[in-house]
Amino acid sequence: MSMSTVAIDLAGVRKSFGGRTIVDELSFSVARGECFGLLGPNGAGKSTIARMLLGMISPDAGKIMVLNEPVPARARVARMRIGVVPQFDNLELEFTVRENLLVFGRYFGMSARKIEAVVPSLLEFARLETKANARVSELSGGMKRRLTLARALINDPHLLVMDEPTTGLDPHARHLIWERLRVLLARGKTILLTTHFMEEAERLCDRLCVLEGGRKIAEGKPDVLIDEHIGCNVVEIYGGDPHQLRELIRPHARHIEVSGETLFCYAPYPEQVRVQLRGRAGLRVLQRSPNLEDVFLRLTGREMEK
Amino acid sequence: MGESYAAVMPTNAYNWIAVWRRNFLAWKKVALASILGNLADPLTNLFGLGFGLGLIVGRVEGTSYIAFLAAGMVATSAMTSATFETLYAAFARMDAKRTWEAILSTELTLGDIVLGELVWAASKSVLAGTAIGIVAVTLGYASWLSILYTMPTIALTGLVFASLAMVVISLAPSYDYFVFYQTLVLSPMVFLCGVVFPTSQLPGSFQHFVGLLPLAHSVDLIRPAMLERGVDSAVLHVAALCVYTVLPFFASIAVFRRRLLR
Repeated sequence: MSMSTVAIDLAGVRKSFGGRTIVDELSFSVARGECFGLLGPNGAGKSTIARMLLGMISPDAGKIMVLNEPVPARARVARMRIGVVPQFDNLELEFTVRENLLVFGRYFGMSARKIEAVVPSLLEFARLETKANARVSELSGGMKRRLTLARALINDPHLLVMDEPTTGLDPHARHLIWERLRVLLARGKTILLTTHFMEEAERLCDRLCVLEGGRKIAEGKPDVLIDEHIGCNVVEIYGGDPHQLRELIRPHARHIEVSGETLFCYAPYPEQVRVQLRGRAGLRVLQRSPNLEDVFLRLTGREMEK
Repeated sequence: MGESYAAVMPTNAYNWIAVWRRNFLAWKKVALASILGNLADPLTNLFGLGFGLGLIVGRVEGTSYIAFLAAGMVATSAMTSATFETLYAAFARMDAKRTWEAILSTELTLGDIVLGELVWAASKSVLAGTAIGIVAVTLGYASWLSILYTMPTIALTGLVFASLAMVVISLAPSYDYFVFYQTLVLSPMVFLCGVVFPTSQLPGSFQHFVGLLPLAHSVDLIRPAMLERGVDSAVLHVAALCVYTVLPFFASIAVFRRRLLR
């Protein structure tokens, strides 16, 4: 990729706090216009990486380029063209929706007239037209999140850095955010998002990087990763002794993982597995397509904590 | 290392204004309560001590005790309003409210934020100090013109104590630690720096020590102005207050950098 088509480039980035390695020899590139996901459980180093891209944490080693600027040295210049959706809402609760946008626009050196010119389209984008003069403390969680998203767009950024954009939202509010993010991608924005929701990563991301303990354990397109690492149907079995069941179905499975009381059986012909289990009382059997959850389980031997 | 410190310093001479305006907008919503709250304490002291103690004390340095005390109260209210704005309100914006975190994701640097907070706290000092001054004028203890002369010193006093409080909040893990600064630094200063009695009443060795305290320099500038007397060594006092503003300003940014931008 030539420089002008690269939005983010990390090379050999390391960071440790108090002797604990948080990010370990991490390298990845994000192309302009791409939605790139950092997927991993809590403590995988996702937020640290997101903050590093903004120059809020300095790496111990390695190089970071964001929008052609070296970070953290010229992070301030890079941030002029970045919109940030932080993990925890940091809106001004005593201010109205409109005042939040006004105050934030001024942090980018925008004049009141310039801010007022973009506010209507931002309110429309965030579906908050009727809430312009409502105080933020009166808004629902989903509305606050959408206002944070609108706020991140005030400087018309090329790149959006989003740390867990839908954590803590109900499914309806989450789907609305996803739909809004797809609109932004259609407009050509680049998005880097961190998430521990497999579904979010699968639906939104063109490519993603699976992290565990600060290390990259896989990178690629979601469907390719699923195909490469799993590539067959999944039968989830619970309600029995997983170790005894494992022996029973082993001949028909390509691979078996046990996590807690659930047995994940990866089998090209799931009917054969089901036949083996027929007539056993108390068993619950679920057959489904493979997803990123299975990739994570396959790579780490454990389920992603929710 | 030097490069990374340069990256967090104020960007230019005007970026901080956006932070000041944010605080002004928040303050406008509670302005009346804020003004009354800031005035109650110094006015209670002024009237309580001024009339009560004034009866016993009589004249001090050739003026009525309440006129003497009024100048000290102007300096003290400038000190306390900048201190409290920084200790409590700025700390909340840095910590629980995550306001600074939001600002740090924009074009502004840590230095821009700290500078904006300092000027804001000094603005509140000007408001509080001038209000006490106006009360003194109304009661006939000072002239309107003298209040105008004291305003730059009130503003500088606000910058000094905002800057010092900024160091305190950069180091303090929580609100609980502020009380040490209040009881061990600020309260003794009120009694040592010539607010309620002339520093000449202190033992000789103490007087040298008091010459190092910022509030003493503020009082030595404000009192002669309000009593319409000549100010001794004005340049020295202003220089001392400037040092007390600038050094803590840079020190606090360095500590905040370690705390907020690791």
